[in-house]
Amino acid sequence: MPNSENTNLKKTGLYKDNIQTRRRIAALFQYFCALVTWTGVFLLALLLYQVSVDGIQWLDMQFLSSFPSRFPYKAGIKSALVGTFWLITLIAIISIPVGVATALYLHEFSRKGRIHKLIQLNISNLAGVPSIVYGIIGLTIFVRGLALERSLISGALTMSLLILPVIIIASREAIQAVPMSTRHAAFALGATRWQTAWAHVLPTAFPGILTGVILALSRAIGETAPLIMIGALTYVAFLPEGPMDSFTALPIQIFNWVSRPQEEFHELAAGAIIVLLAVLLIMNATAIYIRHKTEQKLK
Amino acid sequence: MTNKHTLEKRGIRWNEYFIRSGLGLCTLSSVVTTGVIIYILVKESLDFFTEVPLMDFLFGTQWVPLFEPSSYGVLPLLWGTLVITVGAAFIALPVGLASAVYISEYASPKVRTIVKPLLELLAGIPTVVYGYFALTFVTPLLRSVFPGFNVFNALSGAIVVGIMILPTVATLSDNALRAVPDTLRQGAYALGATSFEVTTQVVVPTGLSGIMASFLLAISRAVGETMAVTLAAGATPSLSLSMQESIQTITAYIVQVSLGDTPAGGIAYKTIFAVAGLLFVITLALNTLSQWILSRYQAEYD
Repeated sequence: MPNSENTNLKKTGLYKDNIQTRRRIAALFQYFCALVTWTGVFLLALLLYQVSVDGIQWLDMQFLSSFPSRFPYKAGIKSALVGTFWLITLIAIISIPVGVATALYLHEFSRKGRIHKLIQLNISNLAGVPSIVYGIIGLTIFVRGLALERSLISGALTMSLLILPVIIIASREAIQAVPMSTRHAAFALGATRWQTAWAHVLPTAFPGILTGVILALSRAIGETAPLIMIGALTYVAFLPEGPMDSFTALPIQIFNWVSRPQEEFHELAAGAIIVLLAVLLIMNATAIYIRHKTEQKLK
Repeated sequence: MTNKHTLEKRGIRWNEYFIRSGLGLCTLSSVVTTGVIIYILVKESLDFFTEVPLMDFLFGTQWVPLFEPSSYGVLPLLWGTLVITVGAAFIALPVGLASAVYISEYASPKVRTIVKPLLELLAGIPTVVYGYFALTFVTPLLRSVFPGFNVFNALSGAIVVGIMILPTVATLSDNALRAVPDTLRQGAYALGATSFEVTTQVVVPTGLSGIMASFLLAISRAVGETMAVTLAAGATPSLSLSMQESIQTITAYIVQVSLGDTPAGGIAYKTIFAVAGLLFVITLALNTLSQWILSRYQAEYD
């Protein structure tokens, strides 16, 4: 009688004997997902390939050591490169201490009440504010309000506002991952909160914090919109000597060259993009290396 | 001896107090930042709205702020932003979700450790580079296939923004799918479901809150995207339906003003605060909704 039972089941509409089709759909679906994913990877490869093909011919010492110019064959990225290094140093000096301190306070010191929750919410909302809005704020507060003009320090302060939420969130996650037992052990030996945080929590969380910080800084290196807002000059034929000097930076130089109609300038932009991506790659590799080292040491 | 001991203790206590206050002050800086952003946007926008009625701004269909006779209807800019965002979402949401499904449900651990970082690399590429890619690769490609395309066109912008937000969808959705307990999958497989059925009827619905949150976050990023759309889509505010034409987004307009020589304090200059305020409200709403969905629905499946 199994046969009639089977037909009864079919009548209910709950059972359909179509395992072949269903298996085929499943296989097709798997191939589709795989294909789509590898398309994403392919796009990355295509983008990198395109940039290298366009820009590699311009990459030489002359390109790295010349100032921008109206003539493509004379133009270089010296001031942009130096500007970017200045900028990133200043951003690091401003944003790392404030960001890590905030994360420490939120996780180790503050009472976990309503205000704590509100501040957390506020920080994650700040992380979602478009970068151009930070640019407008930087223009209003730093460039005009505090009369810092279109200087390196204006740019660095604006960018610090932009990446602070990122640093705070990354540091907080690293600090959260430190086992409670570490803190309890320190407290049991009579350490104060700060002694515990400084001597035990921070060192343990260091690799995680460092990774977050470097990722945040590499975001700052590539950001263009806020710098354009605060009016970082696009033609700078000198090197900045202090935080109050005006400057240009790699992404600005790239934007400037891309927005010109001539083909040669597009190729120059590709050359500058290669340098920018190389800087980003070096930073990320450093982060991975340091993390690897510290993890080994901790073991 | 005892005296010295208490003194030392008191010193430590003071130290602790100062350090605590210092750290608290740093924390305050993030609150102050929010306050300053809102204060500036509101104050300058209010200034703007004393000269241009709010209704003309919100529902006007002409955006000609820099020339006479000027007109301050923000709809063309909003439309530009909408076109780019919807176009980008059209690419990034399905592709990102399919990638997430592949990474979390099908890929072997080895493939996973290769593919995920590669997709994350896409997210780390500066947006100005995407602008370059749009202008020198995507647009020429489009123009060689469809000759009617303008040098600056909405489709090219939408495509690169789509590629740009793809990793956000893929990584966050992957996290959401991986958080789905394995017992659910095993239960479905035990009932004879195929991998397709397990994925579409069990795993994805269970992880839906996380997937939705990742969608909203990606859309919010597309709305705030600046450099790629400025370079790819041009600077022509219009209500055109055509993806072949140049359009202007809110962000691209702000860049245009800051690159020009608009004098500070004038009405044209104040427009950037009004449109930036609008941008701020839109992205804030999207981000808040995304967080709300996460906090509201996430706990159910733990």
